[in-house]
Amino acid sequence: MSLIRKPLNRRSILRAGAMGGAALATPTIFTSGAWSAGYLNEPTGAEVVLGFNVPQTGAYADEGADELRAYQLAVKHLNGEGDGGLLNTFSSKELKGGVNGKKVAYVTGDTQTKSDAARASAKRMIEKDGAVMITGGSSSGVAIAVQSLCQEAGVIFMAGLTHSNDTTGKDKRKNGFRHFFNTEMSGAALAPVLKNNYGTDRKAYHLTADYTWGWSQEESIKKYTEGMGWETVAAVRTPLGAGDFSQYITPVLNSGADVLVLNHYGKDMVNSLTQAVQFGLRDKQVNGKDFVIVVPLYSRLMAQGAGENVKGIFGSTNWHWSLQDEGSKAFVKSFGQEYGFPPSQAAHTCYVQTLLYADAAQRAGTFDPCAIAAALEGFEFDGMGNGPTLYRADDHQCFKDVLVVKGKENPTSQFDILEVVEVTPRSQVEYPAEMLGGELGTCNNGA
Amino acid sequence: MDVILLQLLNGLDKGGAYALIALGLTLIFGTLGVVNFAHGALFMLGAFCAVTFNKLLSLEVVTTDPTKTTAWGSPLEIRTPYVEAYLGDFGSWMLNYSVPMSILLAVPVMLLIGFVMERGLIKHFYKRPHADQILVTFGLAIVLQEIIKAIYGANPIPQSAPELVRGAADIGSIFGFDPGVIVYPYWRMVYLGFAGVVIAAVFAFLRFTTFGMVVRAGMADRDTVGLLGINIERRFTVVFAIAAVVAGLAGVMYTPILPPDYHMGMDFLVLSFVVVVVGGMGSLPGAVAAGFLLGILQSFASMNEVKAILPGIDQIIIYLVAVVILLVRPRGLFGRKGVMEN
Repeated sequence: MSLIRKPLNRRSILRAGAMGGAALATPTIFTSGAWSAGYLNEPTGAEVVLGFNVPQTGAYADEGADELRAYQLAVKHLNGEGDGGLLNTFSSKELKGGVNGKKVAYVTGDTQTKSDAARASAKRMIEKDGAVMITGGSSSGVAIAVQSLCQEAGVIFMAGLTHSNDTTGKDKRKNGFRHFFNTEMSGAALAPVLKNNYGTDRKAYHLTADYTWGWSQEESIKKYTEGMGWETVAAVRTPLGAGDFSQYITPVLNSGADVLVLNHYGKDMVNSLTQAVQFGLRDKQVNGKDFVIVVPLYSRLMAQGAGENVKGIFGSTNWHWSLQDEGSKAFVKSFGQEYGFPPSQAAHTCYVQTLLYADAAQRAGTFDPCAIAAALEGFEFDGMGNGPTLYRADDHQCFKDVLVVKGKENPTSQFDILEVVEVTPRSQVEYPAEMLGGELGTCNNGA
Repeated sequence: MDVILLQLLNGLDKGGAYALIALGLTLIFGTLGVVNFAHGALFMLGAFCAVTFNKLLSLEVVTTDPTKTTAWGSPLEIRTPYVEAYLGDFGSWMLNYSVPMSILLAVPVMLLIGFVMERGLIKHFYKRPHADQILVTFGLAIVLQEIIKAIYGANPIPQSAPELVRGAADIGSIFGFDPGVIVYPYWRMVYLGFAGVVIAAVFAFLRFTTFGMVVRAGMADRDTVGLLGINIERRFTVVFAIAAVVAGLAGVMYTPILPPDYHMGMDFLVLSFVVVVVGGMGSLPGAVAAGFLLGILQSFASMNEVKAILPGIDQIIIYLVAVVILLVRPRGLFGRKGVMEN
């Protein structure tokens, strides 16, 4: 046996180099995120990053601030800190400090309540910060835009406050989920209460914010009020941020209508309601009946802006802090102790969405968006403040009880402005998924 | 007929606000030659003078009731405004009249803001191009907005008109219409009257006082007035402060109509600029006339009957008028010959 090796030549060096390189590279290829990760932004460290995309500037900044407070509280509870909040009442008991063994971290973005800004901040959180999920927002226009971006990128979108039917209707996406209710549910819940209080012989005049949510709400309220016998005298579109609505309110005075439906939200609702009251509409008698105003979607922050003008006015809301179920009480206590005031409905839906996402990830045992989507689809849960709730698989819309509220006559504090007049059961607001159109499409995990 | 009359009233009311803001804008342009994009912010600051005054009056003495707790377990707070606790009925009266009374706060505050703004920032931009002036004043407006938002938040803060002038008056019945056909809010009529008084006061000040005469002379020929040994710059500083007060007062009195928020100035700014351009840059009567004209046109364009023929016309009418004016008569309705024409 010769100890003399073959002499080294160029060919053998190249061959050895190629083989050595392949051997060295093999474990790296199969363990690197680029290859082994079956999905975008798979967390490899000790933390998983969530992206909270809320309006931090612009007209909805206060609502965005409340959403952010709720997200921070949710992160605290998910990481096993604080009193646990809704984790104590949530029917699923999978979460026990962290998610899939990882600590929850977060980054924030500013939607400015503008679709392009919201998409840019969501993109930044996905691409630069490695967020596996995007959540938040205070506008349907923004929600639909960000949902579509998340679908394209391959992460889950857990919608914040978005009320348009389109979010889980014609613009629904496989990667997007909504806990908040929609205009169809508002119409279904409000109509019986309006019928009981104002009768079936009414003439309604709609003032509608001229964008996706306004159109959706006008359509839903018309559908249900006309269904019970009301006549729609006119439906007038008003530009967003009109400020002075006097030129739209004065035609109502002598239109023969005895109901004014304000399909406005935020600042528009504050201004139009304030001005409608100033024009004496609520003191009028038309067709032998008291003239009434209806605000189909209420939020506490809006009601604060409109002050005493909301007294006695009916509307609907997703959740209210005065509810007395164990989940609501636990959340109000936890949020109130942390921040010194009760949470808004926007804060509630954002908090719940974060917990639902985390729970789904825990049940799925992964942060793969498609596995999480599968875990959320058809998920039945309770203890989150809205009674037994279903995340319907067909359109990713939550079905739960809807609250009909009224501006309180004698508020005891600046937060005690609305009172719950009826909890409309889930069965009354359910509708077939195909009714609102749209296609979920297929799940995208970004791989 | 009733619809037309109501829209006319709306237009006059809206026009009153436009005219007040545009008056200050055109006064500043006419005297200092500065295009002040922070003028809307001055309107907003005036509104927040009313908010601040109301908040000061509403400062509360907070006591806790240990026998009752909040939903989150802390003792229930009982809040009573100091003015009511110490002054009784007079305190309640002050709270009721807080909006008109806040004029007392707004006048000195806006004078000071105007003075500081002009001396501290604007004067350094007299000789700079209009583009620089626009950029710096627009930047200032954003800074002022953000300061207000940081202090008061982004949500509108409602302000009530005094009880005496809440609700609406049935003015139609005075002119022989059926009862309830033409009703108009009392406060909007107060606003219209207030706008008329302020506009008249500014005109009288410029027309019938020596100070006003010098300012008008300075507007016509700044150099000659300077050669006469008059410190025209100092007078123009006062004019800037007066313009700030006019915008501020317009804001104060508008608060019961539009619950103020940090962005309200921007909403009015663009419209007011259009008013100034239509009226004629630097023309005071032009600003007032164009303010009312555009207010009325905007109201009529919002009528359902008009929108049925021309959908969306309510949103573009003002800009449409501006385009036509700029094409046909670039100096504006009352503008001086040569201004904006080359």
